[in-house]
Amino acid sequence: MEGSEALARAAIVAGCRFFAGYPMTPFTEVLEHFARLLPEVGGVCINAESELEAVGMAWGALATGARAATGSTGQGLSLMQESFSEITLAELPLVVFNMARGQQDYFQATRGGGHGDYRHLVLAPQDVREGVELVQLAFHLADKWRNPVLVYGDYLLAHTQEAVSIDELELPPLPSKDWAVDGSASASGASRAVTPLGVSKVGQRALGQEGKAQYVATKIPHMECEVRVEHGFCDDAETVVVAFGSPAKFVKYAVARLREAGHRVGYVRPVTLWPFPYETLAEVAAGASVRRVGSFELSAGQMVDDVRIGAAGQVPVTFIGGVSTDHSGFGVGRLLDVEAITARILALHTGSEFPIVPGYDETSFRPEEHQRR
Amino acid sequence: MSIIDTSRAPTVPARKVEALKPALLLTQEHHMCPGCGEPLAVRQFLETIEELGVATRAIAVAGIGCYTSFSATMDVDLVQALHGRAPSVATGVKRMLPDALVFTLQGDGDMVNEGLQEVIHTAARGELVTCILLNNGVFGETGGHMTATSVLGQRTKNSLDGRDAAYHGYPILIGDLVAQLQGAAYVARGSVHNAGAVARTRKMFKRAFESQLRGEGFTFVEVLTMCPTGWFIPTADGPQYMHDTLGEVHIMGELKVDGRVRTTEELHTENVARQRELDDQLARGGLDR
Repeated sequence: MEGSEALARAAIVAGCRFFAGYPMTPFTEVLEHFARLLPEVGGVCINAESELEAVGMAWGALATGARAATGSTGQGLSLMQESFSEITLAELPLVVFNMARGQQDYFQATRGGGHGDYRHLVLAPQDVREGVELVQLAFHLADKWRNPVLVYGDYLLAHTQEAVSIDELELPPLPSKDWAVDGSASASGASRAVTPLGVSKVGQRALGQEGKAQYVATKIPHMECEVRVEHGFCDDAETVVVAFGSPAKFVKYAVARLREAGHRVGYVRPVTLWPFPYETLAEVAAGASVRRVGSFELSAGQMVDDVRIGAAGQVPVTFIGGVSTDHSGFGVGRLLDVEAITARILALHTGSEFPIVPGYDETSFRPEEHQRR
Repeated sequence: MSIIDTSRAPTVPARKVEALKPALLLTQEHHMCPGCGEPLAVRQFLETIEELGVATRAIAVAGIGCYTSFSATMDVDLVQALHGRAPSVATGVKRMLPDALVFTLQGDGDMVNEGLQEVIHTAARGELVTCILLNNGVFGETGGHMTATSVLGQRTKNSLDGRDAAYHGYPILIGDLVAQLQGAAYVARGSVHNAGAVARTRKMFKRAFESQLRGEGFTFVEVLTMCPTGWFIPTADGPQYMHDTLGEVHIMGELKVDGRVRTTEELHTENVARQRELDDQLARGGLDR
């Protein structure tokens, strides 16, 4: 089964009954599968006129208590940021799919491009199999915390065919959504309001704008318990590489091969990008044998900031990834390659010069005279 | 005209304002300026919902503007949307709760400036929701700035010498625009500048809600409302100013009924005829019942 279909099916197994989206490569197929599959289970998928409306429609569906989702690539999610900020304040359990063009949306996912204090739980599956689980977990965590959850995928996750079965994940029960609107409380003197503004109906406790912001802000540290991380070969490693999502699977393979060749290397794979596994990083960096940590990402280096926070100055942290897509900008680039990754890890490990990526030379920035100090 | 006899005590006790508020309002207090037309419009649709007996399946989706303060006082389940985004939020609500009466409450800045494509696409989809526009041709909440519906010559804080077509462009007649769309079943433009207009607007709300409940398509009620604060005029001048300015451009009437779109000229002719008829009746000694 194709990744996008597996993700859509997992969402439906998790109870998702509403999806709205706008086509954009490499996310488009996720929308296609929702459009085909949701009506079969009595759900609705709307081809929204833009990302702005897609997230608005999901907002409305969520307010009725339904499980609902939207998605796009990072570019499309940029358009949705205002709604993400306010949906978080409205405490609606939105699930967002980002089938990103590379890993350059790490900041967007973990810091957010919207206004105000908010955090989204961010799950980054390494493959379709894990995606099926994490999508279901996403809907559960969204309801558990009444906070948006973002599933960070990419071209590879959306388009890889894997043999998977969409088994329902066993998750603990959650309280009913007595906050949701269905009209039944209208004319009762106790009607409900789903709002980011901190207002309540006259006669009910209202937090106010500042109170609501404070309420949501104080939820953030509690959500940090949802941190998930995988690591391997770190006990006696001298060099530890951090990577997430599809590239992490390549890194794990490269590390295993280097181990077989006798190199003392290990890896850490954050499964949740927020909360970031700072404690794990701190423990790994404190290991007696560890001399250095590398961050491999397909970006200019975004997660490396979090890796540095985690390592907390105990050992040097080096960015060993780079911008990497195909020529269209949508798909897999030259750096997502076991040989290229192995060479970079080895260069970091042995302190030798980083191998040149063929073709990168001609598109690299060189300062002109007035830009040199 | 009957003259109140003040030589003896009234036979019925004076009523408190509280007793006159719609049942679907939690309090008679509101946060609007003196002379504001919005509470008049809110009363009309709340009483209509009550009259139709659909209050317990009514869901409001509020935009952002002065009227947003009614989100706390209307005894109606409510979803607060972002500025301009109420139609898409209402779409999500309605698709999950097809039996609900779903309506948006928006202003001209919200609907016609910030979220124009929302209302257009929602209408085109024939979404079974009612969008309510309180149109006063000005950003009231920010203190009197030009919107997309401000009429030519209208003075606002950012069109100090009046809206000039060559510099600021022309107003959008949103009701007329929506009426052209195939998915729109019922489109009307009312007003609250006098009692007759209020009564007409009330009927428009009723027809729109009934049409939504029958599943005929997208429904739209625009109401011209006074904003003497944002127009920088004396409070008492609001209704006449509105009639003479906004009312001359955004023509009142039913813009689309049973699939038939009516032009500004048709509505204008009809309104003039109606006014002549009323004037004649008054000249004959009173309105016909």
